[in-house]
Amino acid sequence: MEDLASLSFLAATIAASWRLAAPLIFASIGEVFSERAGVLNIGLEGTMLAGAFAGFAAAFTSGSILFGVAAAIAAGVLVGLLFAFFTITIKADQIVVGAAINLLGLGLTAFLFRSYFPSAGKGIDIAKPVHLPWLSDLPFFGEALFRQNAFVYSTLPVAALAVFVLYRTSFGLTLRAVGEHPKAVDVAGRSVALYRYGAVLICSALAALGGAFLTLAHSNQFVEGISSGRGFIALAVVVFARWSPIGAFVVSLLFGVFYALQLQLQAQPVHFLPYQLFQALPYLMTIAALIFVRNRVGTPSMLGVAYKKS
Amino acid sequence: MANSESGQPLAVAPQAYGALWRGLLRPLRTVAQPAAAVALALACGAALLAFNGYDARAVIDVMVLGVFQDTRSIAEILLKATPLILIGVGLCVAFRCSIWNIGAEGQFYAGAAAATAIGVSFNGLGAWLYVPLVMLAGALAGAAWAAIAGLLKIYFRASEIVTTIMLNYIALIMTSYLVTGPLRDAAAAYPQSARLVQEAWMPRILPPTRLHIGILVALVLAVVMYVFLFRSARGYALRVVGISPDAARYAGISVPRNIMISICLSGSMAGLAGAFEIAGVTRRLFQSISPGYGFEGIAVALLANNNPIGAIFSGLLFAVLRSGSELMQITAQIPQVLVLVIQGIVILSVVGFAVLRIPSLRPSE
Repeated sequence: MEDLASLSFLAATIAASWRLAAPLIFASIGEVFSERAGVLNIGLEGTMLAGAFAGFAAAFTSGSILFGVAAAIAAGVLVGLLFAFFTITIKADQIVVGAAINLLGLGLTAFLFRSYFPSAGKGIDIAKPVHLPWLSDLPFFGEALFRQNAFVYSTLPVAALAVFVLYRTSFGLTLRAVGEHPKAVDVAGRSVALYRYGAVLICSALAALGGAFLTLAHSNQFVEGISSGRGFIALAVVVFARWSPIGAFVVSLLFGVFYALQLQLQAQPVHFLPYQLFQALPYLMTIAALIFVRNRVGTPSMLGVAYKKS
Repeated sequence: MANSESGQPLAVAPQAYGALWRGLLRPLRTVAQPAAAVALALACGAALLAFNGYDARAVIDVMVLGVFQDTRSIAEILLKATPLILIGVGLCVAFRCSIWNIGAEGQFYAGAAAATAIGVSFNGLGAWLYVPLVMLAGALAGAAWAAIAGLLKIYFRASEIVTTIMLNYIALIMTSYLVTGPLRDAAAAYPQSARLVQEAWMPRILPPTRLHIGILVALVLAVVMYVFLFRSARGYALRVVGISPDAARYAGISVPRNIMISICLSGSMAGLAGAFEIAGVTRRLFQSISPGYGFEGIAVALLANNNPIGAIFSGLLFAVLRSGSELMQITAQIPQVLVLVIQGIVILSVVGFAVLRIPSLRPSE
């Protein structure tokens, strides 16, 4: 009996970890694209907020989650264009522009939310769990793991697609070359700027999708600063994952475990420990992750450097 | 020789006047670009208001009239400018060393918490001793909190962007722990600390307003940091590290040492700002003691082109904006978060206009 209880506890924790990892998976895989092309996008947090708000606003007005997803992606692409214009076309400092995007994302979403949704009343009907034939009927794990909403399932095809695009297509090969040796790409007659724009737009769209998860499939409301640092944690995830999309998926899952533990420990307080310690867990673990990977093999060599034709 | 932006007058002026012209034009250009950036950001803000159905014109009237209404409202602006100038000046030092300290918010909280812990603990201490003690506690705590990120960068190559942001969240959570736990005032209905001992309060300089000595300290420190950065050998070394760590190493300048100096200096300024906020304004610690001063400081420094003297003016400007936005919220129910949007646009226009400057810097190319 005891074993069964702990087994189902384990299954529930794994399921919650996957669910809570979803926004990190989207954002960090997006950041892998951007950083592989040599663009350090620290504006993930602001982009996620844009996606979270656009998704919420569209789903609230239309009543359709699908419409919310489309709006979130559109918002992400817009933010991405802004970031790309300043960092790639104007060649401004990527960190400064990213910081501005974060401020804009936080400010604009809060401003629009307070202007148009003054009374925090009714939320939206969030994405429902989808029953998968056969898988969902497996004992214990099936019940826990495969009763997720479509957002969570879609992290798997997104990760697979990211691997395929980055390593099995000519687009992906060129994109990675742009981050390692842009001059070679330029000499070969392809536009470095175009590939970087592509990478940044993929990154922003995915980050916005991660943000949309928070309002469309997690909480049914938009709250100011709802991403609460996930965009920054995703930056650390990418370093820990050594700039690989599969790595980003796995490391995000690990962070999902910290989020799940945080929730469970807060629900069942341990008397001699303050609950704030558990709140701080994901942030402490982010720092720990950066300490753990001292060796930075795999860093794109042109990361953060604007390409100037000479 | 000839300057592309001011080509006409230079071409006719004799050689001797050329230097004079440049001497007059350079400060003008230094001011013109930030001014244009701010004007653009304000225009965007007004457009955003109008586009979302607010009466932008009435809002601007209210802001301009209300912000400079009387001595009290001007004192309130200087009160808000104090942390912004301190944090902005500190970040100038960090950014000049290319250390992206995004953690001023957390360092502000660390300073505020330390100032509170010291400020509630002693009785019978004279104000002449207690006030400097509280300031020192804040500055040291801010420096220590920032030093964590510096050490992580030096020993583990951990990006200070990520670590300082994580330390922000941790500082906020720790403050929540302090005001619900060890520092909690049992008599209060809300989680907050006890009131500071009166001898620890910052002396006020313009009664009956709340303006305290913090603004004077901020102004003095801005000048000190300017001299340090641009007129001292240590400041020069720090800037060399910021421009090219490889060149610094080649010249025998220690990179880790300058990283620590710059991040600890910026942290101590933010911590000092936190101490001033506690001992000069709120007298107590509570969870949301900073309305985002730490992040606003980034915009303050960038608008000033990372020049501490310039940060005085950009700090004042953002303080006016913040006062104005408070007024907007009260009189016209316009969400105060609009200032964040304006800060973001200011940063983007600063980097945008900086691109326009490049041709005039290299006239020969």
